Amino acid sequence: MRFNESWLREWANPKLDTKQLVHQLTMAGLEVDGVEPAAAAFTGVVVAEVRETAPHPDADKLTLCQVFDGDSTFQVVCGASNVRPGLRVPFARVGAVLPGDFRIKPAKLRGQPSEGMLCGASELGLEDLIDGLLELPDDAPLGRDIRDYLQLDDQVIEVDLTPNRADCLSVRGIAREVSVLNSVPLTEPAIAPVAAAHDEQFPVAISVPESCPRYLGRIIRGINPSAQSPLWMVERLRRAGLRPIDPVVDVTNYVLLELGQPMHAFDLAKLEAGINVRLAQEGETVELLDGQSLTLRDDTLVIADAAQVLALAGVMGGKASAVSDATQDIFLECAFFAPLAIAGKARRYGLHTDSSHRFERGVDPSLQALAMERATALIIEIAGGEAGPVSEASSPEHVPQPTEISLSAERAQALLGRALPEHEITDILARLGMAVTETSPGHWQVRAPSWRFDMAIEQDLVEELARVYGYDRLPTRLPTIQGGSVSRSETQLSARRLSDLLCARGYLEAITYTFVDPAMQAALAPSTQPLALTNPISSELAVMRTTLWAGLLTAAQRNLNRQVNRLRLFEQGLRFVPEAGGALLQEPMLAGLVFGSARPQHFDDATRKVDFLDVKGDVEALLAAGGQQDYRFEAAEHEVLHPGQSARITLDGQEAGWLGRLHPALAAKLDLPTDIYLFELRKDVIEQARVPAFSALSDQPSVRRDLAFVVPEEVTAGALLDGVRRACDSRLREVRLFDVYQGDGIQKGSKSLALGLTFQDRSSTLRDAEINDLVAGVLTLLKQEFNASLRE
Amino acid sequence: MENLESLTQAALAAVESATDLRALDEVRVSYLGKKGEISQLLKGLGKLSAEERPQAGALINEVRDQVQQALEARREGLEQAQLNARLASERIDVTLPARGERAGNLHPVTRTRRRIEDFFATLGYDVAEGPEVEDDFHNFEALNIPGHHPARAMHDTFYFGDGRLLRTHTSPVQIRVMENGKPPFRIIAPGRVYRCDSDLTHTPMFHQVEGLLVDEGITFADLRGTVAAFLRAFFEQDDLPVRFRPSYFPFTEPSAEVDIGCTHCAGEGCRVCKRTGWLEVMGCGMVHPVVLRHGGVDPEQYSGFAFGMGVERLAMLRYGVNDLRMFFENDVRFLSQFA
Repeated sequence: MRFNESWLREWANPKLDTKQLVHQLTMAGLEVDGVEPAAAAFTGVVVAEVRETAPHPDADKLTLCQVFDGDSTFQVVCGASNVRPGLRVPFARVGAVLPGDFRIKPAKLRGQPSEGMLCGASELGLEDLIDGLLELPDDAPLGRDIRDYLQLDDQVIEVDLTPNRADCLSVRGIAREVSVLNSVPLTEPAIAPVAAAHDEQFPVAISVPESCPRYLGRIIRGINPSAQSPLWMVERLRRAGLRPIDPVVDVTNYVLLELGQPMHAFDLAKLEAGINVRLAQEGETVELLDGQSLTLRDDTLVIADAAQVLALAGVMGGKASAVSDATQDIFLECAFFAPLAIAGKARRYGLHTDSSHRFERGVDPSLQALAMERATALIIEIAGGEAGPVSEASSPEHVPQPTEISLSAERAQALLGRALPEHEITDILARLGMAVTETSPGHWQVRAPSWRFDMAIEQDLVEELARVYGYDRLPTRLPTIQGGSVSRSETQLSARRLSDLLCARGYLEAITYTFVDPAMQAALAPSTQPLALTNPISSELAVMRTTLWAGLLTAAQRNLNRQVNRLRLFEQGLRFVPEAGGALLQEPMLAGLVFGSARPQHFDDATRKVDFLDVKGDVEALLAAGGQQDYRFEAAEHEVLHPGQSARITLDGQEAGWLGRLHPALAAKLDLPTDIYLFELRKDVIEQARVPAFSALSDQPSVRRDLAFVVPEEVTAGALLDGVRRACDSRLREVRLFDVYQGDGIQKGSKSLALGLTFQDRSSTLRDAEINDLVAGVLTLLKQEFNASLRE
Repeated sequence: MENLESLTQAALAAVESATDLRALDEVRVSYLGKKGEISQLLKGLGKLSAEERPQAGALINEVRDQVQQALEARREGLEQAQLNARLASERIDVTLPARGERAGNLHPVTRTRRRIEDFFATLGYDVAEGPEVEDDFHNFEALNIPGHHPARAMHDTFYFGDGRLLRTHTSPVQIRVMENGKPPFRIIAPGRVYRCDSDLTHTPMFHQVEGLLVDEGITFADLRGTVAAFLRAFFEQDDLPVRFRPSYFPFTEPSAEVDIGCTHCAGEGCRVCKRTGWLEVMGCGMVHPVVLRHGGVDPEQYSGFAFGMGVERLAMLRYGVNDLRMFFENDVRFLSQFA
């Protein structure tokens, strides 16, 4: 809501300066978004009259004017086409400073002296309505400073209203609020009914009374189509951000700003038979004032006549029945539409108008008659014409009635933490226009005024009390804590622990969009149909990721394009995996991406590129955080990963995640290097933690035996180590792989794996024979299962 | 005995001229060793008379002690010199760059989120989470925002066309927490939220932290006290001006927007606060009875407050970040600044 301060002060004028006033509004919940001067700064411009004109002897388009400012006469050279004797205009005298620090000096134009300048609106920082000089009324006092005359020393105030305060979408509404807050009177302009000068009426019928409980119409005949809106009205409209159009439209806009009632005027000559307020038929069309053609749905409320849809009710009028510069007879509409009938309709058709903005939030249902009289009087005042009687179609049972609300001082205290004095409660409510009846001490029955239809429950009233009383006058305290809070189980790792661990290992945390480029998503999960947004912000952010790798790879592209040569990123967040039957798995994941050297460059550390085992080390560190011993890495294929360098990680048969090198084909497709390593882990699995269980320390000596096996090269280290563990019992304390060898001395197609086995018994010293038995068992099992032989 | 004096002088001179420990040991052996000159003298005492023996013995012992002390002092000196030489040879340039991995760090949003969580944890709040793909009921309906409520227009919602949507705020977590538990409730719900809006000051995804406290006897005063205490702790400024302005949210009543004195200009008025001296940092209010009922809580018995704040907004103010979009570009030059 945008309005000028001087207009507001005509309605309610507290003893506050502009700064205090806007602060007060803000602190009452009507947040002032901005205050700006109504006109740019300029000086030295007065009202003057053009007395005589003569063509410039040497220039076709210039005129020599004799200009009288009430005191002296000046010769001024003017280039405007509308200059004529008798015209009163703004005159910038020599010495004036116009906006943009433009100084007016005596000049010669094509040889003719010019002592000053006649001004158009734009030269004064106002909006040009016509091409040429700003035409002032004939009664504009000569010599009067134009800033004073046009009230340009005024502020335009913009209030950002919350949706519940539809009652403040007018100067009257804001003024009411100012009056309440300052206990100053509200000065309403005198609005008297306009007596009918003829008895002609245009029939009105309402087919959907629940959507349109009240519709008022009136014929005004014989208006002057060439009349112009007065400057004061044009200025108020302009300051509110509205462009003046013609007197009829300007008046309806003016009443909308003044009282908050949207109105519409039809060209009577273009209406047929009668008005019907009805729902559109599916597929019906209308061409709106703004030129766009709509095909309507059958839940859209329209104003129609016998022939066609005339207007989108409460949103915008149609072109066919619009008032034009030839219109002499109009039909003026002033209706109350139910908010639910209008809400969402404008938006669905891509429209948002001052009218729909108000109707969907709610208009005072008792305002229509007053607004009709106000608009009629203004139109006749400006453009003449004769009004007929007001015809009204209404359905009283559908007109919203103010709710009766019970209020107790106790409830107010329970919500606000302070007992407000009872006289203060009743005083605030009365100032707000509420009808208050005391039912018992500390209990009231309250009826809100027609414009406060946002009042429905006791809490609404308490909020009003708090607001007017002043939030900053209410008490404040820190609630005490009762009872401990539930803390996390020790069997659950915190997400923080995982992040901190990765940070300590050199990773930076990334946060990427959960909606990703469909092309990236398809490249990563070609067989999954991702959840797609119906209204994405852009085509690159259109589907929900099924893997966090989508965002991390995008981040890698971005950073590698900026010459970053080493990258360690991780992210925690949800992935969105569609499941059978339309269900969606929103699964918390932890993912990482690694590229570049294994360690930061160092002068005496040979630079080596990061490889699978480096990243596996990071992943194992994460897995170790929970103390779980049973994670398995197994070679498995994943469509994103290099088939020979990828591992599925499992815990007790559950999939914990994946680790591997980016598939070279995918790397090429994404224009990324091939030596990028990725991991993605399911948080619900890896956050499972083991509560440590003590086992007694053994004082018995341990014995280590180193064995080197030759196995076919496809045998994995993991399988061999597992075999060793299976072949032994608890006396095997540890088995370690300490060498991997292929080459001279080893048959092609085979490899040597050297294992260190440490044996220890809990209660006795192991004898050689026992250890030999254990080793023999290992040899047998590895021979059987892996065709392993001891290396010679 | 006249040659005792010259023997002493010779011994001390030999000690002095020994330049390393081995040479010094040779000196020791030649004077104090079994066959050393001084040892020999002591052995020769037996040949003296009982009258002469004590005096001569005392003299020789004195010489022996003197030489021994000199040997000891010289040994210490040589050892010290040897150590010094070794230390000098082992000197390195400690300003050379370190070897090994450098630490990474958290995203500034996470860093901020943790500070918020930690503050409320000390007040007994638990962290709750909820789905990001939400249904209309939890995101709107249960929060007193029915189908055609104008407040929906403020939410610029992303839809999936099947009734599901991306949550526009973390408030649905309030409902889920209340549905699944019994009062009192004391939770904060941090997480990602989504609005179909993208420009200089909006990203289509951002983070909020929602707070909810429901108990018997909770008032607007508790809300104000809690929020003000948080903001002063967050900005580490005990006298940070905090003001509550009446506002409107369908799910709270009374509702308030919370402003703090501009942290950039200390309230003087600057570009950051649009010359108002105030910065809007969060919304809050007393939980609307409709919302309590949707959560299965009896509004006659319980009351509560809720608040919601934008994490990026707080991070920007705290760390002086001037472009919201950087949070999600994941440029390492940005990310690595928050160590």
